[in-house]
Amino acid sequence: MKKIVNTDFEVRSSHAMCVNHSELDHSFVSLLKYAVAGIFFGIILVKAQVIAWFRIQEMFRLQSFHMFGIIGSAIAVGALSLFLIKKFNLKTIDGESIQLEEKHFAKGQVYGGLLFGFGWALTGTCPGPLFAQIGTGASVLLVTVLSAIAGTWTFGLLKSRLPH
Amino acid sequence: MLEWIKQPWPWYVAGPLIGLTVPLLLLLGNRTFGISSSLRHICAACMPANIPFFKYDWKKESWNLFFAVGILIGGFIAFNFLSSSAPLTVNPKLVQEMAGYGITSYDGLIPQELFNWPALLTVKGFILMVLGGFLVGFGTRYAGGCTSGHSIMGLSNLQWPSLVATCCFMAGGFIMANLILPFILKL
Repeated sequence: MKKIVNTDFEVRSSHAMCVNHSELDHSFVSLLKYAVAGIFFGIILVKAQVIAWFRIQEMFRLQSFHMFGIIGSAIAVGALSLFLIKKFNLKTIDGESIQLEEKHFAKGQVYGGLLFGFGWALTGTCPGPLFAQIGTGASVLLVTVLSAIAGTWTFGLLKSRLPH
Repeated sequence: MLEWIKQPWPWYVAGPLIGLTVPLLLLLGNRTFGISSSLRHICAACMPANIPFFKYDWKKESWNLFFAVGILIGGFIAFNFLSSSAPLTVNPKLVQEMAGYGITSYDGLIPQELFNWPALLTVKGFILMVLGGFLVGFGTRYAGGCTSGHSIMGLSNLQWPSLVATCCFMAGGFIMANLILPFILKL
């Protein structure tokens, strides 16, 4: 069998969001808690109408404060939480110390950011709400997810030829 | 209580709850909030095709897939058990603009008139659902994150590259919604 060289840490650190991972929880049961967290998050996305195409259109036309209020207050609460975690050196429920990675600048944040912005306004959704939308029964958006996966795959294919 | 839950939640309730997802995932197991990575893990799991970007141990990141499935289940629960059937109330200016494109229904959170199976075969539907989805998948990975990973997690952690990314997300959205989308919706 061909040996897979594990270079994911360095690859991930530049492109994916999740570089730190707990060493302790890899069993199915312990992963279920993330599904529960996802359920919590998905319910909020629907109840706050973040998944509504018209809400996103209002946001990009500056016709409603709703989405700006949600993103702004989420950042405020997230920042306060991280401040408290650092200040009191809080640990995970398994007792590990919490690590946060620095993000490094790359041109992709500009080019990719603009392209994602185009897609966000077209579909009225970003990756999280997309999963919630399918949960609400919008089956046609399975095609949008498949297309998003194809987009990610195409990025992986072209990565070395794109400016970074 | 249930009646209150069934109403749409205001931003000052929903935003802070979304913000709490950041410490929740960290405390549960040192996980950094972010969803677009799940698309990459699906590529790595299903069709790595010998592309270096997809040659990593995606199983180590499978929490992200559990989280994504949870979001889908949460969407199902909220829609079927915690929602009222009242139509969406949106800014009258948007209603007026949309009426110009023949979009008049505000039932449900996703406009039926634009997002449906037959529309996939129209130019407009293809651009909205297929091209739009492709740009979401390509753009988020190129940018290294989406609204959750950069705008909420990254900005909460005071990372300036995430501010650059967020500004570009918004700029792209403003350009598309105001300058390009009107032509697409007229198709």
